[in-house]
Amino acid sequence: MNNPIKILIIDDEVQIRRFLRIALEAQDFCLLESATAEDGLVQAAMHRPDLIILDLGLPDGDGLDILRKLREWSETPVIVLSVRSAEEDKIGLLDAGADDYLTKPFSAGELIARIRVALRHSAPHGKEGVFRNGPLEVDLSTRTVRISGQPVKLTATEYDLLRMFVRNAGKVLTHHQILKEIWGSTSADEMQYLRVYVSQLRRKIETDPANPSLILTETGVGYRLQLLTTDGTE
Amino acid sequence: MTATHHETGNKTGEQPDPDALLSEIASNTIEEKRGRLKVFFGMCAGVGKTYAMLQEAQMLKKEGMDVVVGHAETHGRPETEALLAGLDRIPSRKTRYRGLRIDEFDIDAALARRPRLLLVDELAHTNAPGSRHVKRYQDVEELLDQGIHVYTTLNVQHLESRSATVREITGVAVRETVPDSVLEKAQDIELVDISPSELLKRFEEGKVYAPEGTRQALKNFFRKGNITALREMALRVTAQRVNQNLRDYMRSKKIDGAWKSGERLMVAVSASPFSVQLIGWTLRMADTMNASWIAATVETGKRVSVQQSARLTANLRLAQELGAEIVTLRADDPVAGLMDLASQRNITQIVVGKPAENRFLSWIRGGSLVDRLIRYSGNIDIYVVRGDVIPETTPPPRRLPRLTLGGQYAAAFGVIAVAAAVLFAAVPFFNYLSVAMFLLFAVTVLSLWLGRGAVLFAAAMSALLWNFLFIPPRYTFHIARFEDALVFCLYFIIAIVTGTLTSRIRINKEAVRSRESRAAALYSMSRALASAETVDAIVRIAVGQIGRIFDAEVAVFVSRKSKSVLHPASGLRPEEKEEAVVRWVAENRKPAGRFTDSLPLSEIHYRPLTTRRGGYGVLCVRFRKLPFLTLDQETLLENFTSQIAAALERETFSEYRHQAEMNAVSEKLYQTLLNSISHEFRTPLAVIGGAAGSLLDGSLKTTQSIHRALIQEVMDASVRLNGLVENLLSMSRLESGKVSPRPEWCDIADCFSALQRRFQADSAQHPITFDLAPDMPLVWIDPGLLEQSIAHLIQNAVQHTPLRTQVDVRADMSDSDLVIRVRDDGPGLPPDSIPLLFEKFYRVPGTASGGTGLGLSITRGFVECLKGSVSAANLTGGGALFTIRLPVDTRAATLEGSHEQSD
Repeated sequence: MNNPIKILIIDDEVQIRRFLRIALEAQDFCLLESATAEDGLVQAAMHRPDLIILDLGLPDGDGLDILRKLREWSETPVIVLSVRSAEEDKIGLLDAGADDYLTKPFSAGELIARIRVALRHSAPHGKEGVFRNGPLEVDLSTRTVRISGQPVKLTATEYDLLRMFVRNAGKVLTHHQILKEIWGSTSADEMQYLRVYVSQLRRKIETDPANPSLILTETGVGYRLQLLTTDGTE
Repeated sequence: MTATHHETGNKTGEQPDPDALLSEIASNTIEEKRGRLKVFFGMCAGVGKTYAMLQEAQMLKKEGMDVVVGHAETHGRPETEALLAGLDRIPSRKTRYRGLRIDEFDIDAALARRPRLLLVDELAHTNAPGSRHVKRYQDVEELLDQGIHVYTTLNVQHLESRSATVREITGVAVRETVPDSVLEKAQDIELVDISPSELLKRFEEGKVYAPEGTRQALKNFFRKGNITALREMALRVTAQRVNQNLRDYMRSKKIDGAWKSGERLMVAVSASPFSVQLIGWTLRMADTMNASWIAATVETGKRVSVQQSARLTANLRLAQELGAEIVTLRADDPVAGLMDLASQRNITQIVVGKPAENRFLSWIRGGSLVDRLIRYSGNIDIYVVRGDVIPETTPPPRRLPRLTLGGQYAAAFGVIAVAAAVLFAAVPFFNYLSVAMFLLFAVTVLSLWLGRGAVLFAAAMSALLWNFLFIPPRYTFHIARFEDALVFCLYFIIAIVTGTLTSRIRINKEAVRSRESRAAALYSMSRALASAETVDAIVRIAVGQIGRIFDAEVAVFVSRKSKSVLHPASGLRPEEKEEAVVRWVAENRKPAGRFTDSLPLSEIHYRPLTTRRGGYGVLCVRFRKLPFLTLDQETLLENFTSQIAAALERETFSEYRHQAEMNAVSEKLYQTLLNSISHEFRTPLAVIGGAAGSLLDGSLKTTQSIHRALIQEVMDASVRLNGLVENLLSMSRLESGKVSPRPEWCDIADCFSALQRRFQADSAQHPITFDLAPDMPLVWIDPGLLEQSIAHLIQNAVQHTPLRTQVDVRADMSDSDLVIRVRDDGPGLPPDSIPLLFEKFYRVPGTASGGTGLGLSITRGFVECLKGSVSAANLTGGGALFTIRLPVDTRAATLEGSHEQSD
């Protein structure tokens, strides 16, 4: 590759940085490292990385603050690494502009998959073509949805919901983000509509609605459209 | 011209007397914390005390000391003003009093500035009403208590013990006085002295300050005779201080015999204003002899007016301030009482005033008080000190008792007159001897209410009336028959004896009753406090009892972490301004407010709740009626205060003890936790270490498959470690009460699918089925907590059942409860273990290791957070069943009106 993808790691733990360097350089990514929040922001401004992996427990700053500062001038995708598994933290981060999060410990494969998803989304939107994922096929220009080649009829809201998942395929969408986009409001009452629409949508597009493989629940946080290979496996 | 002497500093050497040693230590430690006081002492105004003080301040300033002028009276003298240059000054506090602008020393500003050394001129100054303290020397005391060194000035005539003498010499009454103890506590005294002729010259030249219009009056004061006498006094006070210091020094160096008077003085104190002079006289005597002294007062059971009682209290307080021990006796005969006390306390000398007694009464009593005291004194010396009546204070106190006394005589006169008139009208029906019986009856009845004098008067009047009106020959005082004369005499004696006896019994009884009620109040208070188990109860008792006994509103501030917090049970809500006083009282541990010298204009009386070990709060009392506090009442209040303090102390300690017990319990818990965890952590760590070591070791010939197996081991071990950490975190969140549910509308199907993904790896060995009741509604619950609760139950089933054992998870609605059942086909639970399953660290005996014994207790913790319950049971067909029951709100999982048209 002439122009390798630059990834900036902001983490104060040497061991984690070393591990990420080994795992990611094997995938031909170009790695930048930074141990503090301040240095991280400087490096992000200087080197304009294609993606940033941000650890939350930095000695000189709260991850949420760094994320907000970064988002003031940069749209670079950010994947957050965290030992905190509390849902409110995850929601806060996603709402503040993080593209994805991973809770420590995590596997390298998982991280690489998430990186690829995040990079794909940062690429400029091409013309809205046909989206294929496992048995699901969505033609955004004609608003047609097919499962294993069979057309499926969706209501307007169901389609809007699915379109949002497709546009953010592989990425976690918080309840808040979905409600704001589809209903324009985020009250608890709207939340139950979301639950109902998701379960209706699953009934129409999942092969086993009780054990969904396309639209996954991230408990307490939101939903994610799982990216599958064409044969239906992950 | 100045003579300085300093108290000797540290003393070394062996100490023979432990008491002496203790007091030495005490005085040293107090000195360390307290600021040092230096007094520039002079005979009168104009000798240059302020000048000398400022001079020294300038010198210290040059040496680099932090010197600040708190207050300096330069009286516009240019040479003194010049000395103020370059010194920091604390701006004075401007107050208005009766239209006058008054500049006062600002103690709060001084405390806030906290200089090393503060100059405060005119120690004897009386502060403007509304200031924190009545007197400036109290301001200075507080500054010293706060560790600030103070320089001040004082004239000899303002010294409490000398003020009476000064008045005698100069004829000028001194109102602004300073207790001798203040001067005694000063570390340094510098006598500022000039010759009388020079002082007079300065006065003539107008260099001595005099307020407008008083120059002429001062002329009488500034005479050579006066000034010489004052100078002598000032020199003597200073010399005495030298003596005192010498004695202290000798004592510390074990030099014997320097002082050893063995003398003890006692002064008899009464309500008379003259007692003040007696007390001063005794103090001076005791000082020169270096003897201890007692101020004694005798309650004879005579009626005393409110004013008299107030003055007696004031007198005793003065004596106490001057260092005397106070003793109050109860005796019918003051002489006997005083002699008893004298022999009990080894008194060697008694000081009494020369009374202006009624000669007749003295004769009846067998001599005046002084005569009799001398007669019974034995080897005790009696000093009889002549008193002179102080005109300003004497008349008002005498007038009021006379009025009530006059009332008594009027009543006696009236009753006897009416009785005589009625009997006179009834003469035809009664023998004159029977009339005597009726009159006697009237006298006896009167003695039930009146004092002794009025009863004697009634007896005499009735005897005379009987003689005049009834004994033949009537209407003359002449008595014809010898027998009648005898009866008349007997009548007179009987009337007097009955009258006085009855009245004395009654007075005694009243005294006993009041003392009994005092004792009863104390008793009931201490009994109630002893059984009080909480601070709340103690405060409630204090508020109730004190409020009832003193007819007052009561508030209690309880000290919490060096802050005083108003207890909600208080009957009184002090304003914010008052809370500053409470803080002051708590910090300084001194009473304040009404009936005290600190902030006496306040309506509330404040007392610190202190024991020897510390302060526990402040008691605030607003008396509804009490015009002043008698010594008795003050003692009672003091007793209450110390009892409340003791009770609060006891409670505080028991709270500490409780806390300590709690700590011990959690200590034990952590011990168990550490034991359990260190084992659980070591196993996977050993696996990781071992496997990684094998992989690194090049000498070991590992095949591709062994390689892979080792890596799989590392992976499994790290998953297990992560599970441990998760469990510990969950537990600690539960323990610290930080788990608060964040409910939302949940689809249980979502929850189950998440669980299914979570246990995907296990499902190879343990088939897990998830089953959802049809038409399951949305439930209002925290999805995270629910999922984790169920996960721990599944984990438990997977871990403790043989391979391939089926695990079923099912969700139902029962009434408005969400019911989750986790069932397995395993061997079931040992029946004994069922009640203990959800306890922390409990593990069924004989089970395989792996797990912290925390999983089920975490489930219980989370379920209880969700206001639900979890239980375990064995199934009849074999296997175990765990049931979670959660009360939830529900919504139908379909939308009405949501049947949109499909595209």
